[in-house]
Amino acid sequence: MTVSPSGASMTKIAEPNPAFTKMVEKGGPGGETLMLCYQCGTCTASCPSGRLTAFRTRQIIRKAQLGLKDEILPSDDLWLCTTCYSCVERCPREVEITDILFILRNMAVREGHMAEQHKKIGENMLKHGATVPVKEEVMKLRVKMGLPENPPTTVGNKKAMEDFRKIMEECGFDKLMKGGKK
Amino acid sequence: MSGRYAFFLGCVAPLRYPGIELATREIFKSLGVELVELEGAGCCPAPGVIRSFDQTTWLALAARNLALAEQKKTDIMTICNGCYGSMFEANHIMQHHPEEMKKVNDVLSKVGLKYNGAVKVRHFAEVLYKDIGMEKIKAHVKNPLNYNIAVHYGCHFVKPTRVKHLDDPERPRILDELVEATGAKSINYKDKLMCCGAGGGVRSRDNKTALRMTEEKLKNLKKVNAQMIVDVCPFCHLQYDASQNDLPGYNIPVIHLSQLYGMAFGLPRDKLGLEAHVTKVNL
Repeated sequence: MTVSPSGASMTKIAEPNPAFTKMVEKGGPGGETLMLCYQCGTCTASCPSGRLTAFRTRQIIRKAQLGLKDEILPSDDLWLCTTCYSCVERCPREVEITDILFILRNMAVREGHMAEQHKKIGENMLKHGATVPVKEEVMKLRVKMGLPENPPTTVGNKKAMEDFRKIMEECGFDKLMKGGKK
Repeated sequence: MSGRYAFFLGCVAPLRYPGIELATREIFKSLGVELVELEGAGCCPAPGVIRSFDQTTWLALAARNLALAEQKKTDIMTICNGCYGSMFEANHIMQHHPEEMKKVNDVLSKVGLKYNGAVKVRHFAEVLYKDIGMEKIKAHVKNPLNYNIAVHYGCHFVKPTRVKHLDDPERPRILDELVEATGAKSINYKDKLMCCGAGGGVRSRDNKTALRMTEEKLKNLKKVNAQMIVDVCPFCHLQYDASQNDLPGYNIPVIHLSQLYGMAFGLPRDKLGLEAHVTKVNL
């Protein structure tokens, strides 16, 4: 809180952080379109998630333009986008909104902001090379239908799974799932 | 590289709805199209979660799948919008950003693989529509279907159109035509192109929000008396199918296009894996 000349207290206004803005712009393909946004709000109006929640696409993009790192990275809103691309299709400025959200989410994860449920998915990946765990009743059904019990994927294929895990380790994914920083 | 396709299974189809896998194998066999087994392929990896966590890992794992298909000298064919979206976009990034391709190949070299960018990523519905064609499909329909079907495109089949150029993002037709080739009617409904709610890691992180989106869709489907939902994505399939267990008052069967074609081509019911469905299929 700061105090205005008239003596009334004011909420502290976040200062723009151009260094963070630069990081988003250079954070991956699509990031370079960040500053093209002129805040028309077509994205927010097109968002099926925003229709039901307080998630506002336009606002996240504005915050990214201003570099308001601390307002973006820990927020739950960042994870309400279903990556449906409706906003991207309609954006008159061709801002790669979904790509920018991916960049911001990657930054959030590196800082340790990750839901437990999402860490679970990371664990499934490290274990089976799949997002969902293996269920015994489905394996039984596979056999009953005449399919091999294990699909011809990383599931049940030791060598393939070793390679798959090695790639994840090479990229630092295993450490990332344990709490951020690569 | 066409005429034969490396069959990419993904995770949800083989591990939750094996009927989708088997029906796909059977309908392509009927159509005389060779599906090459892609032994040891992994997760695509999932665009909503893994790409959200770490793009480098996402890109490298997608490239591993593409490199495996490249070794077989085939394009890769998916039965899932998520797998299609992930590998299509990853491929696009590598083909247009040499520095990303180099980074990825440095990682792949640790497991003795290299990707040169020669593979095309195809969605099975697109293969049916473009490579096989309506006439041939219609000729294979042994049991013409007579249902009112609500088609669900999902998000990553035609979008983003800036890289895919498949169909119109606001008024696509491909799936409607593919469904109507069986004799069924594709009915219109409010917010037809809206997301099922599952993507982007929302289903796992915030199931309530995902459910509310699904309910919105189901409400609109009920209003027009849809007899079934037909999807082309096992993840949308899972979301619609499993969610109806948590949403009282809904009982709309969820059928993957491969299963619908199985019905129309006269495949025995036990090859469709319908017993894995949470929402019972009484059709």
